Amino acid sequence: MKKNRLHEQMYNLGMTTFSLVVALMIGAVLFVIAGANPITAYWVMFTAPLQDIFGITEMFVRAAPLLLVALGISISFRSGILNIGGEGQILVGAIFGLFIALYAPQMHWSVMVPLIFVASFAGGALWGGIAGWMRAYLNVNEILSTVMLNYVAIQIYNFLIRGPMMDKQEIAYGTGASQTARIAREYWLTKLIPGARMHSGMIIAIIMAVIVFFFLWKTIYGYRMRAVGAEIKASRYAGINTKWYLLLAMLLAGGFAGMAGAVEILGVHHRGLESISAGYGFSGIVVALFGGLHPLGAIPASVVFGLLIVGADMMQRAVQVPAYVILAIQGLIILAIVSSNVFITKKGMRAKVINLLKKMTGRG
Amino acid sequence: MIFEIMIGIISAAIPLSITFVLVGIGEMFNQRAGVYNLGAEGIMMVGAFLGFYVEYVMQSGPGSSFLGMLAAIAVGALMGGLMGLVCVKFKAEQGIAGIALYMLGWGIAGMLFRVYIGGTTSIEGLKAIEFPLLTDIPVLGPLLFSHNVMVYITLLIVPFSWYLLNKTAWGLKVKAVGTAPRAADTMGVKVDRTRIQCVVLAGAMAGLAGAYLSICQTHMYADNITAGRGFIAVALVYFGKWKPSGILFGALLFSLAHSFQRSIQVYGIDFPYEVAVVFPYLLVIVVLALSGRSNVMAPAVLGKPYYRELRD
Amino acid sequence: MAKQIERIEFKDITKRFPGVLACDKINLQVNRGEILALLGENGAGKTTLMNVLYGLYQPDEGEILINGENICIDTPQKAGELGIGMVHQHFMLVPNLTVKENVALCMFNNSAIKLDLDLVTETIKEISASHNIKIDPDAYIWELSVGEQQRVELIKALSLGANLLILDEPTAVLTPQETDKLILLLQEMAASGCSIIFISHKLNEVKAVSHHVAVLRNGRMVYNGSTDDHTTDELATLMAGRDIALPVAKEKMVSEEIILNIQNVTALGDRGTEALDGLSLSLSKGEILGIAGVSGNGQSELAEIINGLRKVQSGKVVLDGEDITNRTPQQIIDRRIGYIPADRLHEGTVAAFSVKENMILKDYAQAPLSRATFLMDKTISNYAEGLVAKFDIKTPDIDTTCASLSGGNIQKVIVAREINRNPKVLVAVYPTRGLDMGAAEFVHSELLAARDNNEAVLLISEELEELMNLSDRIAVIYEGKILKVIPAKEAQKSELGLLMAGVQNEKE
Repeated sequence: MKKNRLHEQMYNLGMTTFSLVVALMIGAVLFVIAGANPITAYWVMFTAPLQDIFGITEMFVRAAPLLLVALGISISFRSGILNIGGEGQILVGAIFGLFIALYAPQMHWSVMVPLIFVASFAGGALWGGIAGWMRAYLNVNEILSTVMLNYVAIQIYNFLIRGPMMDKQEIAYGTGASQTARIAREYWLTKLIPGARMHSGMIIAIIMAVIVFFFLWKTIYGYRMRAVGAEIKASRYAGINTKWYLLLAMLLAGGFAGMAGAVEILGVHHRGLESISAGYGFSGIVVALFGGLHPLGAIPASVVFGLLIVGADMMQRAVQVPAYVILAIQGLIILAIVSSNVFITKKGMRAKVINLLKKMTGRG
Repeated sequence: MIFEIMIGIISAAIPLSITFVLVGIGEMFNQRAGVYNLGAEGIMMVGAFLGFYVEYVMQSGPGSSFLGMLAAIAVGALMGGLMGLVCVKFKAEQGIAGIALYMLGWGIAGMLFRVYIGGTTSIEGLKAIEFPLLTDIPVLGPLLFSHNVMVYITLLIVPFSWYLLNKTAWGLKVKAVGTAPRAADTMGVKVDRTRIQCVVLAGAMAGLAGAYLSICQTHMYADNITAGRGFIAVALVYFGKWKPSGILFGALLFSLAHSFQRSIQVYGIDFPYEVAVVFPYLLVIVVLALSGRSNVMAPAVLGKPYYRELRD
Repeated sequence: MAKQIERIEFKDITKRFPGVLACDKINLQVNRGEILALLGENGAGKTTLMNVLYGLYQPDEGEILINGENICIDTPQKAGELGIGMVHQHFMLVPNLTVKENVALCMFNNSAIKLDLDLVTETIKEISASHNIKIDPDAYIWELSVGEQQRVELIKALSLGANLLILDEPTAVLTPQETDKLILLLQEMAASGCSIIFISHKLNEVKAVSHHVAVLRNGRMVYNGSTDDHTTDELATLMAGRDIALPVAKEKMVSEEIILNIQNVTALGDRGTEALDGLSLSLSKGEILGIAGVSGNGQSELAEIINGLRKVQSGKVVLDGEDITNRTPQQIIDRRIGYIPADRLHEGTVAAFSVKENMILKDYAQAPLSRATFLMDKTISNYAEGLVAKFDIKTPDIDTTCASLSGGNIQKVIVAREINRNPKVLVAVYPTRGLDMGAAEFVHSELLAARDNNEAVLLISEELEELMNLSDRIAVIYEGKILKVIPAKEAQKSELGLLMAGVQNEKE
């Protein structure tokens, strides 16, 4: 019985890896169109970051927000609600966090830092909650609403950091860079490795991942959320208040994305600046899917994609292909993963595939 | 004076609506067959770039605009085909696949733009057609007779698509496949094939819509030039209740609001830039909130893949 | 138009699905003008075999001969061209298109553009006239009654020139009177040259209508011959493979204590029309009250208002003296009303959850299964294992997903879960639909055990036999009202049939 389960999980892992490979192969075509050698490009992408301390620490710098967003996405997707609003939720979380960091009475860091995280969580939760409420009570497609809210959030954020929240120094010196004042040094997240940007955000994120795991599988609330995501009708029949749990899923998903915003302002940039969400809202989706929508699976997945994102920058310098290509490749990866699902979930597919493999390798 | 301004606003709204109408009509066929493609935005981005690039390379020579649009249609159909492969053949979740296609299109367009153009340039695009006497008719003149040829073609596509959906055997199949695919299957209709046909058609139209945007409307290309129009169009299909007339009406209404808001800026009323930009998205959210109930009218199996061999 | 089918033969037809051999070397033949009944329990392979004939499935082995020629039927379209038509158990009609549009889909399947609806209307009128099947070509399918929809299915098949008709459980949704009409129609059609294959598990009908009968059991043909050679009991034994005595309710004094009282309830259906129209009913402790009726007359809505899943517009639902009208589903569950819903996969269980997780679907928030919002894994596992053993549920282990279990075992999980809670009232909706005899037997004995335990059972079913065997009283529901409640031992099929069709006897 247990052996069967192990076989199943190995098969699933094998299929997911296979999809990654397929996506990369198709992505190679893009490199060719851009006039570069795909093999060199991929080689740089995957290995260059691992060559020095800088690269490796940068991987974890990216991994922390990715993991947090992915946690939120795993919760929401498992509850049957597709949160695409990560970008906007990160920004609103950042706004709330910046507000506390810059304008609240400056207290000791042991009070402020948790407060900033809570504020960011609240901001992201609010932003996600709008879409969640609309889905739960008005039956509005959450993908459309979260995407629209993304566009709205970008404008609100830009308006604030170009105007009311702009660094007074920028105005004084007339440089006009859209950014806020720097956050007080005491509030910065501890740097883990001297000389590099890696900060304790990753540790916070990993702790969150474990908490989410317990929440989803060991509490009655997690049980309800998973039931709603798996079979909403039966959940209603079982007495679960499905509307409320759909809303809760979006509140949590938005909240975790908001926390990613806190990590960015406290750990990396130490202020608010443009494009602070850096596409993490979308990359987080890929990370979540790659991690099997499981909070513990998201941990290695976030590191892998941290590697890819850093590698893409290095690749751009090496072979002159714009790092934008990594966005397209992430899209291909998602397509490959969701396509491979049919080979995992459809009854009897596993047997067919294994038969095929046996034939191909002559071990019939 | 006010009257002339109003006519100006309304006649400006018509060409603004064309992008939405094109994507919307294509997406209507898609959704009627039971598939929804959120990747339309990504297809539009690639179409916008490709159309622009073809004309740019041909230095706006004769026929270059149309060649650009043709290229966009071809690539759009291809991307639609990819969506069909993933969602219809592999039965993947359509919402996520759509977002993935969006990321793919966004990435490709962004990458190609940087590699092949890299800066801001402009092209000529299509000029408005000169109708010798008709343009001078007061009111109707500027309203109806001052647009480029694509506007007229698109406005003809609307009744044509109504005919296609309601008066042909293929249209009947599309409607059946999106409401009762199992029944259609037993009646001999090829469910998956019909759906793929619709997705490819929708992709082609999204590509065309993108090309129209860069060639005929803005005459240039920049990052994020589509600014969510593909998603807005999908929302418009809900709002228009999956009918060509509803979609046209919704697109015009939406563009009217857009055109109105633009003119406010032109006439010097002090509006913060970001608020003006945000307005269309807020409008869509409000529209979505109000039409959530009408989901009962939606094609019954919208979003659900079809499995033929289902055992209890 | 298709050629006349003189004879169809199945030779060694075999069809496999993952994990199950649905058809095992089946040999069969039907001649022109004959009515062949295909008999067997649920899951015996009858529908699969016919889907092979109709081109929806391909046989893994064996061949089909039409008029002596080996034909490969690879699509329903091909089957239609050959003259084979099928009326499915669940109607294959597009609800928001009209009758003529549905028929048009069949007739104009090959064309892309051309669509001549006038031709379709002509054809429908011709068939209506020659076979005496009345239907309005411009009506929308969703407006039609079940009997009318079945007529549309027949017309669809005939419009393509079918002269071999396959009917899959056609009487499942008809009243006894409508069934008689259908049988007459089929006999007329056979007399005029049609061949008919009639799938059923209802022995009386099989006896009444067919010339030949083929009995399938577990995918194998166990009998193939003339209907007149066997009695219904003998056919039943052949179907099940052993002597079946369906549990029958022992005579019992029904207690006067009313536990559930439904008073003059009105409620709206999904389409906004009235589904329950002043319905009143009372249920006593220790009784099984059967609800008979043609599907669509308010049965599901009745079950839903009791369980808090549908809003009551006016009227009251009183449980054990307490007004529970419009309470939330959770509150109803807390008050110990059990529910075995019609759809075991989407309503009764979370199919993707494991057996263990489904066992606790109603009780997960109570001690000892959870404490302070944390789920107690060990306790839950023990609890689930206990129930699996007690109710003999066939599953590899408690962590297997419910979706991989057979229909009968999924139902066992649901029944085990609900019964184990010792509900005051148990609402069971079509509980044996789609189950083989063994599983049906199990469900019946559990319902009877609940009754013996002084619990009240509301049994909603389409099978009059089942209702008459198990219930203490039978109520007939029609257009959202209870027309009459009859003690089971006085109930006659004919009287029930009339009531189900809305015909009330004025005298009495």
